[in-house]
Amino acid sequence: MARAEEYSRLEHQLHLVKVIDNVEIAPGVYLISWKQKVAFISGQVVKLAIDRLQPPRIYSICSGNLDEKISVLFNVKEDGYLTPRLAAAIPGDELLASDPYGSFHCDHAPAFWIAAGTGIAPFYSMFQSGLSDHKILIHGARTLNQFYFEDELEWALGNNYIRCCSREQSCNAFPGRITNYLLEKNHFPKDYKYYLCGKSLMVVEVRDLLIANGVPYENIFAEIYF
Amino acid sequence: MKDQLFGKDLNELQEICMALGLPKYTGKQLAEWLYKKEISSIDEMSNLSKKAREMLNEKYEFGLTLPSKVQVSLDGTKKYLFPTLHNKFIETAMIPDEDRKTVCVSTQVGCKMGCLFCMTGKQGFQGQLTAGEIVNQIRSIKEYGDVSNIVYMGMGEPFDNLDAVLKSLDILTSEWGYAMSPRRITVSSIGIIPAMLRFLNESEAHLAISLHTPFDTERQKLMPVQIAYPIADVVREIRGWDFGRQRRVSFEYILFKGLNDTPLHIRELTKLLSGIRCRINLIRFHPVPGTPLESPDDETIHNFRDQLNDKDITTTIRASRGQDIYAACGLLSTKELIAAKE
Repeated sequence: MARAEEYSRLEHQLHLVKVIDNVEIAPGVYLISWKQKVAFISGQVVKLAIDRLQPPRIYSICSGNLDEKISVLFNVKEDGYLTPRLAAAIPGDELLASDPYGSFHCDHAPAFWIAAGTGIAPFYSMFQSGLSDHKILIHGARTLNQFYFEDELEWALGNNYIRCCSREQSCNAFPGRITNYLLEKNHFPKDYKYYLCGKSLMVVEVRDLLIANGVPYENIFAEIYF
Repeated sequence: MKDQLFGKDLNELQEICMALGLPKYTGKQLAEWLYKKEISSIDEMSNLSKKAREMLNEKYEFGLTLPSKVQVSLDGTKKYLFPTLHNKFIETAMIPDEDRKTVCVSTQVGCKMGCLFCMTGKQGFQGQLTAGEIVNQIRSIKEYGDVSNIVYMGMGEPFDNLDAVLKSLDILTSEWGYAMSPRRITVSSIGIIPAMLRFLNESEAHLAISLHTPFDTERQKLMPVQIAYPIADVVREIRGWDFGRQRRVSFEYILFKGLNDTPLHIRELTKLLSGIRCRINLIRFHPVPGTPLESPDDETIHNFRDQLNDKDITTTIRASRGQDIYAACGLLSTKELIAAKE
């Protein structure tokens, strides 16, 4: 006989937190924040829920580890349960959040940060946490308004900030997908680390491309948005 | 497009009947025709009135899908390819072994999990299968009447499509359905903890967890899910669960040459699994294109098994089947997907 109390035990890992900010930073994309009470390492994730009716979902932290708040970046899925409710949250509303956890960690060693869409979140957190030295950030998006935080990143990273836009054109962005950019650039230093974050197909395609070009798989770290 | 009856549970069938003005008990009759008799059309449901069949035919179809391709291995293993909506494909393997016939079903088209060693992951995620599409993989193969065991180890992550998986298990094990013993069914997962606990609570089928290495950093590189659901947490939840006498938990362990086949791994596995009544299935790795991993030699595999057995962890080596047809999931459907796109 299974023990139902074990199942419900997971719910207790979630604590009530109060929203302090919720901003739509691009159409349908929000940055929601609450007060940081537990220290975290950039690259970590939190479980987030609006109530106990549905299991929480996992989001990468998108704020720096010295900030007073924890933020996560999310896309609103119109037919979803959680994200439309999250989008409607206003300061003072309560959410359920876990303590930060996870091991998608980065240090000061030279590395590529490769993100698609809201997969920029952990890298923005790392950037905000002072880890952007010797880093090249490649961000892929379908449209130009999906390069979240671009002004700040462009100012701070300069030529080490590369935008790849697959559906719109701009003088600031490489016209095409991340894999097109990597193939065209054809520069795959073997002694760099490669951090990938985004949906599975992007991660798998980029990982295969890196491996095919001689990057040891031990140097590739992937976080997939499930 | 008409809705499909196959894949509906008893409640849904009763609701359909009542919505059509038919007696509630017709739902039970429908379930018998769908899951206990070998027919494939509503017109063959001979104990329903002609009017009832007409009403059903107007809105519904029976809902079976035949495989579009089958490959047969020299060892008798078969791989079936089933079409799904929008030119997608899923694979089902039938593995004969003495008096057993095991069917390995898919639960998703493609997969979101992106494991380094998996061919299915290279397709990305294409879509969820319905309960009907899962059960159809058993019902629509030639060996349907002789199937003894079912494993949810084909394409996709079952716990990422849990509602459909649980519903398919309900159809397979309920008295009104196929009335199979849940002890003949194993669901394999990489360990999505909330879904795993719900599965343990709501089903009686066996559980298999893809472990592949006990070390956090190593597993992260093989299986990105490790970041969200570390194996230590998965095992801790399993350790806290009462599996009873009949229900089984096993751990799948693909051996990769020089990576996860060392004495250090044996020691850490022993620590990780201590106190859990379980079995480890060692699996030989059959390389997939673009993957930098290799299989160790037979001697290493046998040594690994023996050392784990010496430490009182029951460990077996899974026989490799259907190698000449790539029975490991993903390759055939990926080829078909590419062909369809072209």
